Amino acid sequence: MGHNDSSYANAPLEYQSETGRLNILGFWIFLGAEIVLFSTLFATYFVLHGRTAGGVLPAELFDMKLVLIMTFLLLVSSFTCGIAVHEMRRGSTKGVVIWTILTLLLGAGFVGFEIYEFFHYVHEGASIHTSAYWSAFFVLLGTHGLHVSIGIFWITGVLFQIKKRGLTPQTASKIFISSLYWHFLDVVWIFIFTAVYLIGLGGLL
Amino acid sequence: MAGKTHSSAEHEHFPWKHVVGFILSIVLTILAFWIAIGAEIGSSAKLWIIFGFAFIQAFLQLFMFMHMTESENGTVQVGNTLFGLFCAIIFVIGSVWIFAAHYSHGENSKDGYSPSAPKQSEHSEK
Repeated sequence: MGHNDSSYANAPLEYQSETGRLNILGFWIFLGAEIVLFSTLFATYFVLHGRTAGGVLPAELFDMKLVLIMTFLLLVSSFTCGIAVHEMRRGSTKGVVIWTILTLLLGAGFVGFEIYEFFHYVHEGASIHTSAYWSAFFVLLGTHGLHVSIGIFWITGVLFQIKKRGLTPQTASKIFISSLYWHFLDVVWIFIFTAVYLIGLGGLL
Repeated sequence: MAGKTHSSAEHEHFPWKHVVGFILSIVLTILAFWIAIGAEIGSSAKLWIIFGFAFIQAFLQLFMFMHMTESENGTVQVGNTLFGLFCAIIFVIGSVWIFAAHYSHGENSKDGYSPSAPKQSEHSEK
């Protein structure tokens, strides 16, 4: 397909190789499956909402300040991740590295606060075994937190490749794909923020 | 090669799309928070508004940050995402409708879905 690739010479680096283009398309298909995965967990969460079996209620444990800190950490990290791709399209390896490291630090901060939150809840008597509601809560948020943690390790690995090989069509498509993943995790968090915390704190439903 | 600038959609130096998307996301997050906690309106109006804001924010991410439509496969990507969204909405609304809205219709109290502690008052059903 060499002759085909020449028509992509002006495209952003990540779209220049056929493998890069196909990997990006394939990753969008994967994200469609991720939407469905999280939707099943949201469905379970809504169905089991309020079934706390006489135990501690979410409104007693949710802490606005903590929720807003976590939300803004992830939101800002999604922005810095977007800037990393912007820098990549300007051809700046240094820009990619700096903004990606910033993204990873913000992501690690998010995971740190989430681990603190989980320990705090378990200490207050709300663990994954407490009731149907808390099981659904921990599975939904745990699955998201696991995704963020995996993302941190994955993007760290890509960063090492950028350091070693620089920006090539291969490494650029990896940065771009991992950025899609990272933005998607913020999309999921927007719905967790709304469905779990805003409804819980506001006493809606 | 890698150092050359590309004649892509993003040739400008300042990332306007990202900054606008970011500011709008912050505004929507704070507004949603204020509406859920502070506003003096009914619960169902609050729910409609905060979920409306959530969907707007999701689309901001998809279009302003993820450039969903930029490649030659944009149509496939949008179609696939819409299909995922379609499944998601059916799963969530369908599940809530089946389990929650029709829970009180069950005449058989031994249907296996009784709350384990029926004396609790926070269960809105019954």
